[in-house]
Order: sequence, then C-alpha cells, then structure tokens
Amino acid sequence: MPNRSQIMAQAARLRAQFESAGAQPIETPILQPAETLLDLYGEDIRTRAYVTSDALRGEQMLRPDFTVPVVQMHMEHGAEPARYTYAGEVFRRQEHDPDRASEFIQVGYEVFARDNAATADAEVFALIAQVLSGLQLRAATGDIGILMAAVQGLRTTERRKAALMRHIWRPRRFRALLERYSRNAEMSPGRAALLEAKDSMDAAHPQIGRRRQPEIAARIQALREDAAEPPLSATEMAALDGLLSVRETAPYALAHLRDFAVDLPAITPALYLLEARIDALDARGVDVEHLDFEASYGRTSMEYYDGFVFGFYAERRPDLPPIATGGRYDALTRQLGQGAEIPAVGGVLRPGLMLELSETQA
Amino acid sequence: MSVKLGVPSKGRLMEKAFQWFQKGGIELTRTGSDREYAGAVSGIEGVDLVLLSAGEIPRELAAGRIHLGVTGTDLVMENLPLWEQQLEEIAPLGFGHADLILAVPKCWVDVDTLDDLDAAAAAFRAAHGHRLRIATKYHRLVRDHLRDAGVADYQLVDSQGATEGTVMNETAEAIADITSTGETLRANHLKPLSDCPILRSQATLWRSRVAPLDADEKRLLRTLLDRVS
Repeated sequence: MPNRSQIMAQAARLRAQFESAGAQPIETPILQPAETLLDLYGEDIRTRAYVTSDALRGEQMLRPDFTVPVVQMHMEHGAEPARYTYAGEVFRRQEHDPDRASEFIQVGYEVFARDNAATADAEVFALIAQVLSGLQLRAATGDIGILMAAVQGLRTTERRKAALMRHIWRPRRFRALLERYSRNAEMSPGRAALLEAKDSMDAAHPQIGRRRQPEIAARIQALREDAAEPPLSATEMAALDGLLSVRETAPYALAHLRDFAVDLPAITPALYLLEARIDALDARGVDVEHLDFEASYGRTSMEYYDGFVFGFYAERRPDLPPIATGGRYDALTRQLGQGAEIPAVGGVLRPGLMLELSETQA
Repeated sequence: MSVKLGVPSKGRLMEKAFQWFQKGGIELTRTGSDREYAGAVSGIEGVDLVLLSAGEIPRELAAGRIHLGVTGTDLVMENLPLWEQQLEEIAPLGFGHADLILAVPKCWVDVDTLDDLDAAAAAFRAAHGHRLRIATKYHRLVRDHLRDAGVADYQLVDSQGATEGTVMNETAEAIADITSTGETLRANHLKPLSDCPILRSQATLWRSRVAPLDADEKRLLRTLLDRVS
C-alpha cells in the first residue's frame, strides 16, 4: 500500500500535469458551511460528510468534495473562461463499509466556459483518460441531460414534469412516479373520499404546526387536478423505458437513442450534443468505438451532474471505488450563483488508488 | 472468571428482564439503596449483573465490556451501524414492544403515506424557504428509511424528549418516535403515516461477538443461555 507521502507526491505530479494543460492551481478551505451543502444535497449528506460545530459559526462540514467550494470561488471572482486544478484531502463519513477510506486525497480539473460544451466535455475526459492510461481501466459514460430533456418533453402537466425532475437522481422514486402517472394507479378509498368531499378540511382537528390550511387545501386541489389528468401515453412510457436501458458503445448508443427520439422528439437537441461530444472525443484521440455509454449512468451517485457524466473503474479490483469520476454541472452553478450561472464540467482523480493499482500491476 | 450481563437499570424494562431470567432459575436483584445501581445474581455461579441505562447497553456490548445485554432493537440499530458484526441476537424477550413511526398533524388530511409526505415537503420548502423539519432522536434509522423511500426536502431536528410537542411549538412539522399505544400521539393531535413502521422493536437479549471469553467463561455462557432458552 502506498504511504501518505507517496500519495502527496503523486497528487503534486498530477496537479502539475493539469497546470501544464492550462489550469490555474487553487486552494479551498477544509471547513465548509453545512447549510450550503445541506440545501444542495439534503439530509443524506449527513451520512457522507463529517459534521462539526461551534457556537459562533454553527454547523460546519469537513469538505466532502471540492466542487462546491470551487464553484463558489469562481462565481465570486473568477475570470472567464477559467480552468482550475487542485489537490487535497476530502473527508467521507463511512457507516456501512469499514474498508472504505474516510479521508483521502483528490486531484481535480474543472473547466468553466460558455462556448462549446461538447469540446469542454471532451477536453476534461480526454485529459483524465490520458493521465490514467497504463492502468487498464474501464471508462463508463452517460448523459443525464438526455433523460432530463425526455422528461421536459413529455406530453403531460408541468406539475408532473416538475415532480419527475425533482427525483431524476432517485431512480426508485422516479420509477414509482412514472408508474403512477402512466396508469393512474388506483386510489385508496380514503384518498378517493377526500378528493370527492365538498369540504375536505377536517374541522375536528385543531390546526397545529407551520404548514397551514391554505397549503393543505392547495395540495388537495393539486391532487384533484392530477386525478383528472389522462395517463402518460404508452408510447412515451415505452420510449422512456427503452431510453433508460440503452447500454452500448457510444456510436451504437447514439443510433439507438435516435430511434427513441421518434416518440420523444424533445431529446433531439441533447442527441446533437451527444454526437458533437463523440466527435470531439474522437478528435482528442479517445477510442470512441469502444467507449461504453449507459443512459442510466450516474443517476444514483452523482446528483449534481446534469449533462455528460463519466467514471473510470478498475475491473480487476471490483472492491475499489471508481478511480476517477466527473461530469457537467451547469445547474449547480445556477444554484450557487445567486442569479449568475456558467456552464461547468470537471473531474476528480484519486492518486492513492492509482498508486495502489500500479503497485499490484508491477 | 465472570460473565457480565447488562440489564436496564430501572423501571418496567428492568423488572420484566428480571422476570424473564427467573424462568431459567436465575434470580437477578438490585441491591443496596434505591439509588445505588448495584445488582446481585443467584442461582448460577460466576455471572455478574451490570445495571446500565438501556441506551448505553448497545455501546457496551459493541465494546466488549459486557458479554450479554438486554436492550431494545431500536437502540441497537440506531447506535450500531454494523450491529450484525458486533452482536448476535439471542432471543426476543416478548416485552417492551414499540414501533418507530413517522407522525404528522391530524389536520394534514392530504398526507397518509411517505409519498404524500414527500410531495408535501417539496411544496413546504417552496413556500417557507426551509426544508420540512422532522423531530426525532433516531437520526440514523429515520434518515436511512427516508433515503430508501426517496423522500427529499426534509431535515431532521434533534429532539431527545417531549418530541410529540415539537409540532405544536412549531419547532418541527412532523416527528419520528417510538410509540407503543399511540396515546401520546393522539393527545398531541398527531397521526402515524399508514406505511409500515420504520422499525418494530422489542426488548431483546444480545450477545457480544467481541467480548473476550476464556474456556471456562465460554462454558458458563453456554450453560446460562441453555437455561433461559
């Protein structure tokens, strides 16, 4: 196993490589305000990040990744376009797997640029692939933007689309919503009675808590309207299912996805972007003919990515987490930017795992 | 040589645990004054009674400082994420039944299930600018449960007691707590969600997998367990 100073040295080498590719080296604080992270990721982040606190600043988290502080820094005083690189510890709370590290070094490369998303995506992927060459890793790629475009284009109410979009990164809940919208699942007798009642409010119970009567009435109204909606069409459902199960090498995946665009025309612009990305990857020397593409990739583990996503895996070591991961996170810059936004894509590597793999290969 | 048995130090849980061991002819008693947490064991040689708060028993078992312990399933699962590796469940004891449930105000006529809670939470966050607060002391169990169910836009707020009152006091919108009869919920105008409880708990006898035992202690532990099973 590599020791800490070997890992630090490897991290410094990687960062220097990213610097020579044009990135500006940056540092971010280790302590992050918990509120920002909780607002972004919800309560689940507590299972993954260490929380600490003091009486003055309240809850703080040991940075679980660099993305949020890097985006914040860029939004505050970054020039455009910008390329950044960084190396340092991240901290992950482990509750289920004692073999996973709770502290490790990450090295990252991030691009903030308004023009040509496909080129920027390809730049990040190709650079990371090049740094990892020799380790015999399998690359997986995907594109959350295609699924998002499909949802936005469904012939159904804005309310249903918003509910689906909210759960894009929670596949089980997403699936449950789709099922409900596609067959207008039977209502419980209690629910049916509630929606039929003239006066749904139950005066027998005192109004307590901060969720007030108008909010309850608004939801009942929304439920009534939804119950009157026609189900999602079988064609759209089948196309969505088909889309989600696409798992092939990139050029075949693109061809296959085009078939689904007949029933889900809204995905067409996202497919042009995928095509442009494949071309840009090819131009950068990536072997796209053998590059895996999975339409569902990145939905469970990479929740702020909303476009291109990728990961590099050691197939001979399935016990190891991915050696590198990354993707596009335009929406995150919107959320953190307080009105401003900028398209952004980046990736991180784990120098410790890289050394561990090259030791076992040697 | 001794085998250490941890039992809750007061109340009905202690009395019922004492009764349960009695059926194997093992007499557990508290000694000294009412305030002194010392205990005695008769009917078997070499067993030490350790009186502890029920909440500390999981930790003591996991640390191997006691060999056997009586405490609720809820406390083990909340406090020990890898409990199967640290503890063995010997027997449910048939008392101390309680369910960990999520409850919301009865006036929320539109909320029956986790599905509804999730939808209400989304609207609540948009309207109030903060996530829907759930008061509980069972942070891990509740969070895991809500993550599995895909519920978002909520936050847990810590409540170590009088949890049912937090909604009325507007420090939380919903609660997750242990209930056996639902009496306190009703008195506070709350109703449980109709989905399965987060956990069905009861008092259980656990064995520590990590507490060191020599050959004699191993035999003694076997004898003790044979007599009560």
